[in-house]
Amino acid sequence: MNAANPFAPAAYELKKGRSMFAARWTTQLISFLLLVPVAWLLWMITDRAWPALSWAYLTTDVSGSGAVGGIWGPLAGTFYLTLLCLVIVAPIGILAGIYINEYAPDNKLTRSIMVAVTSLAGVPSIVHALFGLGAFIATMHMGKGMLTAAMTLSVMTLPVIITSTREALAGVPTNFREACWNLGASKWQTIRTIVLPNSFGGILTGVILVIARAAGETAPIMFMGAVTFVPIAKEGFERLVPYGINDEFMAMSNHLNLICKDIPGMSEHMKFGSAFVLLVLILTINGAASIVRSHLRRRKRW
Amino acid sequence: MPDPLVPNKSPAAPVSRKGWRAAVSGVADSLEKPVEFLIRTCGWSSIFLVLAIFAFVLYGALPVLPKIEWFGDHGFFTSTQWHAKQETGASYGVLGMIVGNFAVAGVAMCIAIPLGLAAAVYISEFAGPTTKELLKIGIEILAAIPSIVWGFIAITIIGPLMINHLGAKWGSNLLNGGVVLGLMSIPLIVSLAEDSLRAVPDSYREAAMALGANKWEIVYRVLFPSAKSGLMAACMLGVGRAIGETMAVLLATGNKNQIPTALTDPITTLTATLASEMGDSVAGSDHMAALFTIGLLLLLITCGINLTANVFIRGFKRKPNA
Repeated sequence: MNAANPFAPAAYELKKGRSMFAARWTTQLISFLLLVPVAWLLWMITDRAWPALSWAYLTTDVSGSGAVGGIWGPLAGTFYLTLLCLVIVAPIGILAGIYINEYAPDNKLTRSIMVAVTSLAGVPSIVHALFGLGAFIATMHMGKGMLTAAMTLSVMTLPVIITSTREALAGVPTNFREACWNLGASKWQTIRTIVLPNSFGGILTGVILVIARAAGETAPIMFMGAVTFVPIAKEGFERLVPYGINDEFMAMSNHLNLICKDIPGMSEHMKFGSAFVLLVLILTINGAASIVRSHLRRRKRW
Repeated sequence: MPDPLVPNKSPAAPVSRKGWRAAVSGVADSLEKPVEFLIRTCGWSSIFLVLAIFAFVLYGALPVLPKIEWFGDHGFFTSTQWHAKQETGASYGVLGMIVGNFAVAGVAMCIAIPLGLAAAVYISEFAGPTTKELLKIGIEILAAIPSIVWGFIAITIIGPLMINHLGAKWGSNLLNGGVVLGLMSIPLIVSLAEDSLRAVPDSYREAAMALGANKWEIVYRVLFPSAKSGLMAACMLGVGRAIGETMAVLLATGNKNQIPTALTDPITTLTATLASEMGDSVAGSDHMAALFTIGLLLLLITCGINLTANVFIRGFKRKPNA
């Protein structure tokens, strides 16, 4: 105890203050250090990709295993693959979310559905590829192509959309439903007119996240019909829609996998160009999801 | 259209509404029964799919299961000799891949768990609203980068760094894979750990504060013990993610079947073996069945980890919210 100033902090308090100071600044430093690799990697990729990027790069065909030309084929492939996946998974996932949040009674079966959803989310992507090979190709004899690839991706992204739909529906207050039931509406009428419109944004967020996930995934599609090169039409309608539903196709993620192998005569700009396009595509889609989410939070009326 | 012979049990649309909207809602109302059936079917789809995944992977592995020697000199779990392609004298030893898988996941967790937990503590306890938003955006970007782009980064950016600065013989090695996987798992660990820290009731914090604890003491004397199960679950799900990761690991670790003795040794994992050999295996061959066996092992490991983590998560959710 300091005789001159009885209110001076004791040694114990000083120690406490120091530990608090150290903890605060250590965790802060670490948190900001996490941003360093993010910024650094984004900058590295952008910097090296810059000379290759042009409108022509996006709209020219792949040639020479990606060493020259552009990335139109893979880009179109990723677009249609994602679209097809969405058409399959969105209705099933949204309905499943509705079942779990609105219909399912609180019993063992419902709990096992929840366990199944989390297990499905934890299955490694390469095992989804095995499932696709075993189920769609070996057993159902569907042939490798865009449809089987999209189906495999749908199985993989199903838990994403179920979870986000369920959360969006759970965000609608029970009072809304009760008020609607009291007016004589049936369960389905309530869901259709009250619950779904009020949770639209949350469901949309889930759908957007599925797009981002499906567009970036490689392992499930690389044995399901995604190939390194398909010749595509030079003009006309087939230029815009280069692949039929059962055709083998190119995709951005698979194209990047090809590029990672050493290709003779490939300039660094061309390599990083593809990585940049895929990265920007996915970050943009994810950004759209967070904009929807924050917009929603701001205009929430309850 | 509804069947005219079956009475329509759902309430009729209000009489006052006319035109196409009334017609649409009338039709939609009369669809109540089929729609409910559809909803129920979709709701059960995930159980069906999980069982189907197990069934088909097991079915694919069946032809080779009797031929595999599980333990012993050329045993599945005890040997590193993986010569599945050859017709005669094939041996199926996955020890090298299992060790590689856990080694790379271990290196990743040495990076991701301390950094992830520290960031979660900072975000949930110390950060102001603006910093919090900034950090969350950064972490969201980290989470959004696809696996294949991480693999690309590992080969083109981190690999040369390994060769030039660490004297590694190959750019793709255990450490490279660990760094990439660590960065990939950080967002998951941060968000789950932050959730479980936020789930601790504020009354706990207030009680500790009233006893004179400062923020750090609250964190490690109150929050860590009461959010223990949630934090454990976060770490375990991070491990699960790291073990199941495929493309990034395939490109970052060098794909060489050996037991690593140094951090700069190239290795292979169960997932990478599947991804690299599946393409040139013949349908119906023992090779493909052996790959399905690896898939089955992988499925069992990741499901085990995820289910255990879920038990922990349910533990922390059940706590009374005072």
